[in-house]
Amino acid sequence: MAAPTVSVARSTGRAPTALGGVGRVVEHHWRWYRRNWRATAVSSILQPLLFLLAFGVGFGALVGSGPQAAAATGGTPYLVWLAPALLAMSAAQSAAFDSTYPILSGFKWQRIYLAMSAGPITGAQVGLGVLTWTGVKMFGSGAVYVVVIAIFGGVQGPGIVVSLLAALLTGLAVASLITAFAATVENEGNAFSALFRFVVIPMTLFSGTFFPVDRLPEWVQPVVWVSPLWHGTEVARGAALGTWRLLPTLGHLAVLVGLLVVGSVLVARLFTRRLAR
Amino acid sequence: MSAPAAPALWRLLPAGSYAGRARMMMVRSATASRRTWLAFVSGFFEPLFYLLAMGTGLGSLVGDLPGPDGQPISYAAFIAPGLLAASAMNGAVFDSTYNVFFKLHYARLYDSMLATPLGPVDVALGEIGWALLRGGLYATAFLSVMAGFGLIESPWALLALPAALLVAFAFAAIGMAATSFMRSWQDFDLVTLAVLPMFLFSTTFYPLSVYPRWLQIVVECLPLYHAVELMRGLTTGVVGAGLLGHLAYFVVMVVVGVVIAARRLDRLLLR
Amino acid sequence: MSDALVQARGLRKSFGAVEAVRGIDVDVAPGEVFGFLGPNGAGKSSTMRMIACVSPRSAGTLSVLGMDPGVDGPRIRARIGVVPQLDNLDAELSVRENLEIYGRYFGLPRRHVKEKAAELLEFAQLTERAGDTVEELSGGMKRRLTIARSLVNDPELLLLDEPTTGLDPQARHLLWDRLYRLKREGVTQIVTTHYMDEAEQLCDRLVVMDGGVIAAEGSPAELIGRYSTREVLELRFDPEHRPTAEALERHAERVEELPDRFLLYTVDGERTHGDVVGAGFVPLSSLVRRSSLEDVFLRLTGRTLVD
Repeated sequence: MAAPTVSVARSTGRAPTALGGVGRVVEHHWRWYRRNWRATAVSSILQPLLFLLAFGVGFGALVGSGPQAAAATGGTPYLVWLAPALLAMSAAQSAAFDSTYPILSGFKWQRIYLAMSAGPITGAQVGLGVLTWTGVKMFGSGAVYVVVIAIFGGVQGPGIVVSLLAALLTGLAVASLITAFAATVENEGNAFSALFRFVVIPMTLFSGTFFPVDRLPEWVQPVVWVSPLWHGTEVARGAALGTWRLLPTLGHLAVLVGLLVVGSVLVARLFTRRLAR
Repeated sequence: MSAPAAPALWRLLPAGSYAGRARMMMVRSATASRRTWLAFVSGFFEPLFYLLAMGTGLGSLVGDLPGPDGQPISYAAFIAPGLLAASAMNGAVFDSTYNVFFKLHYARLYDSMLATPLGPVDVALGEIGWALLRGGLYATAFLSVMAGFGLIESPWALLALPAALLVAFAFAAIGMAATSFMRSWQDFDLVTLAVLPMFLFSTTFYPLSVYPRWLQIVVECLPLYHAVELMRGLTTGVVGAGLLGHLAYFVVMVVVGVVIAARRLDRLLLR
Repeated sequence: MSDALVQARGLRKSFGAVEAVRGIDVDVAPGEVFGFLGPNGAGKSSTMRMIACVSPRSAGTLSVLGMDPGVDGPRIRARIGVVPQLDNLDAELSVRENLEIYGRYFGLPRRHVKEKAAELLEFAQLTERAGDTVEELSGGMKRRLTIARSLVNDPELLLLDEPTTGLDPQARHLLWDRLYRLKREGVTQIVTTHYMDEAEQLCDRLVVMDGGVIAAEGSPAELIGRYSTREVLELRFDPEHRPTAEALERHAERVEELPDRFLLYTVDGERTHGDVVGAGFVPLSSLVRRSSLEDVFLRLTGRTLVD
């Protein structure tokens, strides 16, 4: 019985640069995604499409151009008014999904993060790579969604491209914060259901996506202000309809960028801590 | 399950797969959920947030809508029974698909139970029973909130609770039957694909009259449509023989679901 | 053997075109520890699942505790204990709850289950961990808990599928000790294993399974006496100067060639070693040991058990 020979190359001993490490993590996800994209197509593209049809078209037909609706949307057709906000909402929603169970799985079930950090890639690079990938995917499905909106007549002008960028920023801010939280979760018991029911769902409902937030009772307003989705929705809608004003827009962007920076720092730290133990 | 249907149904189930101890499975679920009480409690808030946001916010765009008998009702009173039905569906479907699939293939929990006198039918009924118990608590709480907001117009609304349980039973039975055919998590796309459009289009948020006629017919075939109509009839007090038709729809779903689920589980678990 | 706890005649199990068990006869007497020994895929687990009444047989007859698993599944399962190959503890429950709830599945009264759980925690040396979740336990502890759980209904027959696979040596010995105690209390046990030392330690009687059939049956000592020599000489050679099996054959009763070594079956290993060296074959290393069930299996099937 002849033993098969294996050629052994000497290790290069090289470690990737900080950006390179993040890039490798993104590449890992991209390779996985090329084989499994179908599974995410439903949640990332069909889901917002269904919301668009149900509310933009169906509910839009109900309110028509009635005076109450016109007062709320400033005279814009409801579908056109809703579409850019749905873009932001679906970014925030898919950010929340991608940043919960998949993250726990990477640490605990499939343990791919442990495998990655066993090589020369650092914990922080793993965390930021995962976050970057979430952003890439979000941008991709957002772009497809813009086309879908256009087909249904929900696009008024080129401003929707800026809306897409605003949606991406919103989604990344949400993803960074939730990814950081997920890095501290040890088992699925309470954490994620509570997060979805008490944070994500109220965020999607109370951020001015379907109706202006001034229609909500006074006491809900503080909830609105802390919602990243509200800030993102204001920018995305303002850009698409051309109704934005400089100072408030800068304020909203500052909040989103601030949340993203805080979230990213937390992701880098918490991934490092969890993978180093 | 209604009493006269039971013996006939029984003969359709595989022999020797029921030990009459489904209750013990529910004791197990109750014990387990003590550790995840927050997730348990949170289930009640989902429809409540929808009611608050959509009822006040969207309601401000719509004003009043015609109720089942054509009398105008507030938008909140219109969607509240819809949300009650949808939450019965969502809870039952989640419990009978994701949860069951995980326990079946990953936690291998049912394998350990089958080493005891419990059979596949105990397992199926125990899981469905727990889903119903939980769904019943949520429905009771939601109906109380509706009453508190003045969204209930008739004492018939008391029957919305057993109706919600029947709806949940039907969805749980079908969900479990469907789960027994699933091979991987990827197949759960199909669950989302079935549940989300139903939630959005089954007249939960606006009346059927919005649609063109052909789409109306499609929607009228969906189970959630019947659940919403049933609930809306009861909470607004517009009760007629038509409601019995909706009821019959769910009784059929229960029977079909339970028989398929029991047979398939038998084959999956007792290989 | 009409008082056999388990009796199988021509028992078969097929999954579609694949026949996992191809007609076996088995009798397990009350009080004995009976082993199914064989490599992965030999049909041991399929046989165990049929005995546990969770897998309908494809052909043949099978009686467990005098009843037919196809008819009386729940009644049989009420009186046996099962330790599956992979732990399937309830991760959503604590250690103690795992025992108590499991007991409730048997319809045992709550008070009885409570006392029994305390007793079993003691037996499994897990009393201090009673409130922990299963996830926090080590592999050996989980295995002990699984075994404790299988005893909650005071079973007359205990089925153990690969009870110590994946455990470290210390944990294995602790488990063996627990199983030995149960044997002394008169609990009949059926064990599957692909570890020879485990079979020799635990089993009064065993069958060697290979490819879905029984290759041999007897006590460990009988099997060794029947199919092997008293001693075995293991020789390793430099790959460059490795002799052929034929060249070694005239020094021993039988020679087995493995990828990394030769096994020479002989009555006196030391003397054979001298003969081989005298004939000019100088091994890198050599070892003389007693014959084991591993050798029986090699002889019967031409293959090693653990690849």
